[in-house]
Amino acid sequence: MLTQEMKNIILSSKVMGWVLEPQAKRLLSLAGLDVPRFFLARGVDDAIRFANEINYPIVCKVVSLKAIHKSEKNGVEVGIDSERKVREAFHRFSKIEGFEGMLVEEMLSGLELIIGAKNDYQFGPVVLFGIGGIWVEIYRDITLRMAPLGQRDIDSMMRCIKARPLLEGYRGSNPVNFKELNKLLMTFSDLVMNLQSDIESIDLNPVFCSSNKCIVADARILLKK
Amino acid sequence: MKLGDLFKPKTMAVIGISLTNEKHPANVIYNKNNLRLEAKVFPVNDRGGIYQGDKVYASILDVPGKVDLAVVATRAEAVLKIMTDCIRSGVGGAVVISGGFAETGNKGLQDQIVTIAKEADFPFIGPNCLGIYSPPYVDTFFIPSERIVRPEKGKVALVSQSGGILVDHMVKLAGEGVGLSMAVSIGNKALIGEIDLLDYFTNNPETKVIAFYIEGFAKREGREFVLKAAQCPKPVVVLKAGKTPSGVRAVSSHTASMAGDYEVFSSVLAQYGVVEAKDEFEFIPFCEALSCYQNPIKGTIGIITGSGGHGALAVDACLSHGLSVPTLSEKDQIEIREKISQRIQAIASFTNPIDLTGSAMDEDFVTATNLLSRKKEVDCILILLLPYVPGITSDLGARLSQIYRQTGKPMIAYVPHIEKYLMFIEGFQLNQIPVAHSIEEAVHMAEALRRHQPC
Repeated sequence: MLTQEMKNIILSSKVMGWVLEPQAKRLLSLAGLDVPRFFLARGVDDAIRFANEINYPIVCKVVSLKAIHKSEKNGVEVGIDSERKVREAFHRFSKIEGFEGMLVEEMLSGLELIIGAKNDYQFGPVVLFGIGGIWVEIYRDITLRMAPLGQRDIDSMMRCIKARPLLEGYRGSNPVNFKELNKLLMTFSDLVMNLQSDIESIDLNPVFCSSNKCIVADARILLKK
Repeated sequence: MKLGDLFKPKTMAVIGISLTNEKHPANVIYNKNNLRLEAKVFPVNDRGGIYQGDKVYASILDVPGKVDLAVVATRAEAVLKIMTDCIRSGVGGAVVISGGFAETGNKGLQDQIVTIAKEADFPFIGPNCLGIYSPPYVDTFFIPSERIVRPEKGKVALVSQSGGILVDHMVKLAGEGVGLSMAVSIGNKALIGEIDLLDYFTNNPETKVIAFYIEGFAKREGREFVLKAAQCPKPVVVLKAGKTPSGVRAVSSHTASMAGDYEVFSSVLAQYGVVEAKDEFEFIPFCEALSCYQNPIKGTIGIITGSGGHGALAVDACLSHGLSVPTLSEKDQIEIREKISQRIQAIASFTNPIDLTGSAMDEDFVTATNLLSRKKEVDCILILLLPYVPGITSDLGARLSQIYRQTGKPMIAYVPHIEKYLMFIEGFQLNQIPVAHSIEEAVHMAEALRRHQPC
């Protein structure tokens, strides 16, 4: 079920039509999904302090009401490994229209997956799973199921994508943690059902899946008009 | 809603009969039912009179006794009053042939008739449809009897939003010797839609396969449909029109962009074991195969052929459709080789496909099929029968069918050319073995059996 804080996040984002990344991550974390350690820095000194706390390298992202697709606005910088680069990133992001602050978060590794949801007109909530990253729409290695997902659905989704061998560990790479991935899909499916009257679509992309964990590195939640 | 009166009426009224235009839809419907079908028909027209020696009633209210089904083929503006009268006089249900409702922008009028029908629990099909084909009881299609190729009575129920597509598919099913239990064209599906008919045919003992042509579902209707279909013990086949998105919509998430209407439709159907046919070349064989076999298979195919080339093409087609063709074990190969006639032992091959060569005789096909049918490695058998192989007789279809009866392992036959080799084909079909006329079609049939389960 949705907690009051989750409901408030949705409610306060309605006007804008989508949920800003820090709030989206807070929502996901309340629902029981793993997100990276992050901090919304309003000033550059705060950013540097948090970076030192979580250790370099880090990821910096713009938080802007006008930047629903951050990478298209050059608002994402990965692998930042020095104070100087944090300052540069902050300086550059602050010029992006609608700048609210800079998200500083730990850098993750693992297989990049996408887990998404859409409120379909004919079928209601559906869940998408596949290979993630910025080129998802080019590779389109994805599979769809109507929510809520059962165990059989999750098994067949993992079986159905072409990149199945990557999940299992390909050419010396470690397999992903299937137990964690399974849990993530199940929890996400429940969340989607609970949010069905509010959401239009959700992208969790990328989700970094390693042999230890599955962590949602970015989230975009679009709300119903 | 109770639909029984619509499909098996004892009495019916055709409303909108013309006294001057013999080609009027109401007249075509009246005549064919009056002459060829069992329901007793009453002609109705608000001006009354005499039609073909029979009294024309001025209103449904004047028709004596209980009327099970009213067929309404008047102008759209007259339908509301007619439906009100039908409800008042206790008619069991209606088929509204008339067009001029939502499809031409007149949604208001359509909503009005839906409202009064719902209030009175009065079932009606349409508007803007051909209605119901349910011999020997009733046929409301306004197509002259001599213009249509009628499939035999059989196990497939067809439901279609489009009347034209429905008639076309009836003609094609007839061409393949696939029997039909009933057919319904639902037009604007203002009140009764796919879900109601799925319910009805699930409980209809004559129907074994329920096949739909669907253009689209209303809001969330698809969800209810697949959940019901998953509970239905009978195979459900769907052909969807409108697979390509119309126009470019601005989509701001990757998920919304990749999960387009059709992608979702197709994925969700498969998730719930509804067999989606991509086109008519799949639709017809899917219906045929599933009317013979209702149990799903895993899709491990055994192939018996009289020609190496046919075997090779069949393997290619199986693999490209997600079916597998497992190689038989050494032991099984030896067993089959030893039982086959000595003449071909050295030239035949037994790996799977089992290629009996052009020197094979009936007995070899029977022996190989008998043994292969008992192997658990394969759960469906394709027989690529080449009727021009000299050692084969027209008896073979029936003899092979007997093996299916004993072993229960689904068998699909390929026989080229319908007219020339009708004798072979009949041997299979009389025994409920589906027959394909191309290798690809035979493989489609096997695929249908595999897809009839949740993915």
